[in-house]
Amino acid sequence: MATTLQTALPELTTDDLSRYSRHLILPEVGMEGQQKLKAARVLLIGAGGLGSPLAFYLAAAGVGTLGLVDFDVVDASNLQRQIIHSTRDVGRKKLDSAAEKLIALNPALNVVKHEIMLSSANALDILADYDIVADGTDNFPTRYLVNDACVLLGKPNVYGSIFRFEGQASVFATRQGPCYRCLYPEPPPPGLVPSCAEGGVLGILPGLVGVIQATEAIKLILGNGEPLIGRLLLVDALAMRFRELKLRKNPECPVCGAHPTVTRLIDYQQFCGIKPETAQEKALKNGIPQMTVKELKQRIDAGDDLFILDVREPFEHQIGNIGGKLIPQNDVPRRLGEIDREREIVVHCKSGGRSQRIAEYLHQSGYANVSNLVGGIVAWAEQIDPGVPKY
Amino acid sequence: MNILIPTPLRPYAGGQQTLQVEAATVGEALSALTGAHPELRTHLFTPEGRLRAFVNLYLNEDDIRYLPDKENTHVTAADSLSIIPSIAGGLAV
Ligand SMILES: [Zn+2]
Repeated sequence: MATTLQTALPELTTDDLSRYSRHLILPEVGMEGQQKLKAARVLLIGAGGLGSPLAFYLAAAGVGTLGLVDFDVVDASNLQRQIIHSTRDVGRKKLDSAAEKLIALNPALNVVKHEIMLSSANALDILADYDIVADGTDNFPTRYLVNDACVLLGKPNVYGSIFRFEGQASVFATRQGPCYRCLYPEPPPPGLVPSCAEGGVLGILPGLVGVIQATEAIKLILGNGEPLIGRLLLVDALAMRFRELKLRKNPECPVCGAHPTVTRLIDYQQFCGIKPETAQEKALKNGIPQMTVKELKQRIDAGDDLFILDVREPFEHQIGNIGGKLIPQNDVPRRLGEIDREREIVVHCKSGGRSQRIAEYLHQSGYANVSNLVGGIVAWAEQIDPGVPKY
Repeated sequence: MNILIPTPLRPYAGGQQTLQVEAATVGEALSALTGAHPELRTHLFTPEGRLRAFVNLYLNEDDIRYLPDKENTHVTAADSLSIIPSIAGGLAV
């Protein structure tokens, strides 16, 4: 736990003096500023798009302790923007991949790995150990959770967010300034605002915005310059235009206002309108029974008569298959004759999306007994047969 | 005046980044905007006509919530109105 006593700033070693020489000759940093950086503890929520440049630059700048919160693994589709991870890291924990790069960059850095999904139950404990929080999250429940926890603990929250070609950055939850809820009291209902997974994001955009966040974190540590408190910086990468809007502390803010109604952390999934899936919804999606790979294995082992339909493309079938009949999704409508109406049909693809649509199509076309394989061949490779290559 | 449409809402505004409307006040500009693009109305306002909690409107650099005359604030052709919705990068919510 952080001690409340103001301890003396740590001494700089001779290695530090040479490593940070370009900082030391800046009057705005100098010896004392570099010592402040060395003493600083910054928590990064997410080791992804925004977290990559944030972590790299803070580590390079000499921030003494960096906490990383992440529980994800590196996926090939991350590499377009999450520059802390490399091709050979695909499949590894993001925390391990990131920590390795950061220590390679700065061996004196203390990296604290929090392999956990930040929640109302653990957020206050985790955040309490840090001076500054940098929010690089990609979802609204965590965004509001981080905001409220920062307000309750009185920690500055260096905020960044991105969508397609546009970004936002600000510094929230300092005592004098506004918080995220002053700006947006409530999140959009699920589905109304498209997410990046649907909308896409330009790979360099988290670089631009994450570097702005890193700059703000360093300024807060140094206590120098004009932080983005009370200002929302808007970045439009297509027009390459930076605009700034004034933010005000909302006296009626439910968390930082004069009469707060949020005085402890709440259920943020529920707040964001996300209901947990019931067992029945899980088992049936749009009227299609959802079969797990374990169930499929049991059914095959039991010798049940199943027609396994693989709706992927031929090149995917070549990489690996589980012996299903290959009819690529777009060919299904004109090749219905090859799919036996009398048998029980299990449709699969790579991860369950295409097969769900085809299962729905077959169901509408009068097939009585069609189910979808949840997680597709990827789940099969992970849970049943590691000999099937993942791609 | 100019109305700046953010990326997530462009599909509901004919794909345009900027729209020009003739208006004397902020309120008139919004009426002209949602009149021309009715789909935007549900994204910006509740059925009761209140601005949604995850959308902010700025006249130049100022949040209209904090302007003394709010929606009745006078505007000129040189002003711009920005729609600033909350955004979440990365994964699906
Ligand atoms: Zn607030």
